[in-house]
Formats: sequence, C-alpha cells, structure tokens
Amino acid sequence: MRYQFQFDAVFAEADRILNGVLLTIGLSFGAIVLGLALAVLLVAAKSLFGRWVGVLVDAYVELMRNTPFLVQLFMMFFGLPLIGIRMSGTEAALLAMTLNLGAYATEIIRAGVESIHRSQIEAGMSLAMTKRQVFQYVVLMPALARVWPALSSQFVLMLLASSICSFISVPELSGTAAIIEQNTFRSFETYIVVTLIYLALALSLKVSLLWLGRRIFPRLSSVDRLDAKAEAA
Amino acid sequence: MVTFGWPEALFIFRAAGWTLLLTAIAFLIGGLMGGGLAILRLSRIKLLRRFAAGYILVIQSIPVLMVLFMSYYGLSLFGIELPPFFAASASLAIYVSAYLAEIWRGSIEAVPFQQWEASSSLAHSPAQTYRYVILPQAVRISLPPTVGFLVQLVKNTSIVSVVGFVELSRAGQLVNNATFQPFQIFTLVAAIYFAICFPLSRLSRHLEKVMNASRPH
Repeated sequence: MRYQFQFDAVFAEADRILNGVLLTIGLSFGAIVLGLALAVLLVAAKSLFGRWVGVLVDAYVELMRNTPFLVQLFMMFFGLPLIGIRMSGTEAALLAMTLNLGAYATEIIRAGVESIHRSQIEAGMSLAMTKRQVFQYVVLMPALARVWPALSSQFVLMLLASSICSFISVPELSGTAAIIEQNTFRSFETYIVVTLIYLALALSLKVSLLWLGRRIFPRLSSVDRLDAKAEAA
Repeated sequence: MVTFGWPEALFIFRAAGWTLLLTAIAFLIGGLMGGGLAILRLSRIKLLRRFAAGYILVIQSIPVLMVLFMSYYGLSLFGIELPPFFAASASLAIYVSAYLAEIWRGSIEAVPFQQWEASSSLAHSPAQTYRYVILPQAVRISLPPTVGFLVQLVKNTSIVSVVGFVELSRAGQLVNNATFQPFQIFTLVAAIYFAICFPLSRLSRHLEKVMNASRPH
C-alpha cells in the first residue's frame, strides 16, 4: 500500500499547535518554579523541625515517586472535586505536575544537602552567620550547585511527562495533537510534527538549563571543582 | 448504578497482572536492544557510536506517549493491524532501550580502563574481554540504577491505556466510568502500583549501599 503523506492539513492548524506549545511551556515552567520552591521548603522543614515532619516529608516523597503520574493526575482531577475542591483540567495538571516534581526535587536536593560536610556548617556558625544565613549560603546554594545536573534532567522528564495531561483533555501540545487528529484524520502526520516539536522543546530546555546553571552557580561550581581536586589529591 | 465492590476490585487486581506482564516483556526486549546499543555506543567505529548516541538522545527527548502513538499509527500505515498489546510492548521496549543503553554505557565506562589493558595483555579478543572481564564488573555496577529504572517502567506502563489496552490504570478508569467513586478506585490503583514499586525502590537503594560498602576508598 502506498501512503500519501499530507502535512498541509496539519500545518493548517498552526495556530492551535502554537497555543498547545505555549500551554506546554507554561505548565512546565510553572511546575518547575513551584516544584523547586516546594522542594526547598520541604528540605528546609526536614532539617529545621523535628522527626515527625521528616517522616511526613518522606512519606509524601515515597508516595509520589512510587505511583504513576497518570494516577496522581486522575486523583487531582476526579478525586478532589468530591471533597469540594473544583478545578479545571489545566489547574489540576499544574497541581499534579508541581506535587510530582516537588517530590523528585526534594529527594535530589536532600542528597545535595547531605553531601555538604558538617565542618562547612561549623565554619559558617563560627563566622557568626545566623541559622538562616548558614542554611542559605553554606548549605542550600552549594547543594543546589552540586545537584543541578540531576535537577535539570528531572525538569526535562517533567516537560516530557506533561504530555500525559492530555488524558484529562488539557489542550497542551499532545492534547492539541489529539484534537487535530480528530479534525483531520491525519494521525501519523500530526504525531510526527508534534514529536518533532517535543524534541525541539526538550533539547532547548536542556541547553537553557545548562546555561542557567553556569549563570547562577559560577563561583560555587568552581569552588566545587577545587574541592574535587583536593579530594583527588 | 454499579457501586465499587469485590467484582470491580477483582477486575482491577487482574489488570495488575497485565501491567506486570507488559513490564516484563518491555524490560526483556528493551534490555536486549539497550545492551546492543550500549556496546554500539562504545564501539571503535565512529558511525556506530554516532548512531547509538543519536538514537538515545532522540528517544530520551520525546515523551513515551509520542513513541506509543508513532508506533501505533505508524504500523497501521503499512496496513499492519496489530493488537494494542503489541504496539504497547514495542513502544515501551523502544523507550526502555534508550534509557538502559545509557545506564549500561555508564556502567561499562565505570570499569577502570586498566581492566581493558590487562585483558588485552592476556590476548583476549574484544568479545572475550567483554564476556570475562568487563561485563561481570559492569553488571554489578549497573544493578542499582537498573532496578531503579524498573520502577519508572512500571509507572510508565500506565500510559499505554491510551491505545485501549486494559492494564491497571485503564481498569481503574473503566471502573470509575461505571461507578464514579474515583477516590476509592484510584486509591486502590495507586496502592497496587505502590506495592509493586516501593519494594523495587527499596531494593535499588539497598543494592546501592551494598555496592558502596565494597568500593575501596
């Protein structure tokens, strides 16, 4: 069977695709910012407050990491309205993405914080830094600098996972693809175009995160390199 | 109006079996492909290295959902009407191969290069070097991240429900459509996933600790 590819039908819907791309970018950006903030708060809460907070945070992290994003999404979208929290699909998607990414980021940042040597904190205290200053400048930022590569790949995975939001009819990129497919019956062409867009988005995110990491942690990462050299020697 | 009772719960439990089967098949086929790709990625021939690196980069940069749609609709273009189970297994295997290839490449590279030299000084062929010297050590190194990835795979099988294959998530959706008791149903579904994934996560962490303990400092 010879198949005639017809991309015109797909390109005729360029406006719709653009809106889908923007929503995908918006959701991912929102989830990255909110998820990162949530993770920093949880890591801070774990080290500042007692054991019970730590147990709660661990339970949240393990629950999120060991259940599929799809099921979490269904919980937010179908489950929450029953207890009176009514949300649009897009809001439920942002919430689920934030909670999911927050759990992974907590785990990653926790590993970074644990890699900070105790002597560093003692050095900070002996310089009469306040508890908050020690946490921010001695623990958090160097920890973030060390785990930035791991965080970056988690962010890219979140961008890719945002495609799953189409399951609850969020009109982001893959949701848009489903609509175009229904309108044009050009399934394969639609998904080729959308896949290429995802590829471009993921690669640009990868490159921008690399650039951003160098931008935010220039001094810290060079200190880290010195650390590594000293350890190797 | 159907309510959520034992027959529905049983239906969901049975669907969990399909999730496990799908995981096993995707892991086996994807593992074979991934092993081949890892070795290609470290090949002496530049073209093969480039090919493997390109494949891994592309598959890791597109959503699994798109791999699934592409194989589902792509195959039907050639007039091959495959049951959803095959499209699901094929696309998950492609996804698995890219990630395992990268994990295993890292593990092979983590074997100290003196081991290669020692092996070639014993006049081993490349195949013998891999078989008797490198792989036994690389497999040990790769165990924790491989088990960790298995957790990701179990969770990602949930998205094949979109092509109509009834595994755990799809079963939950179907029961929810009939009973509309999403809280109970998706709690059960999540609990089953958790019961599969949590022990694996723990095992991965445990293996990591065991391996670290034996590493000389």
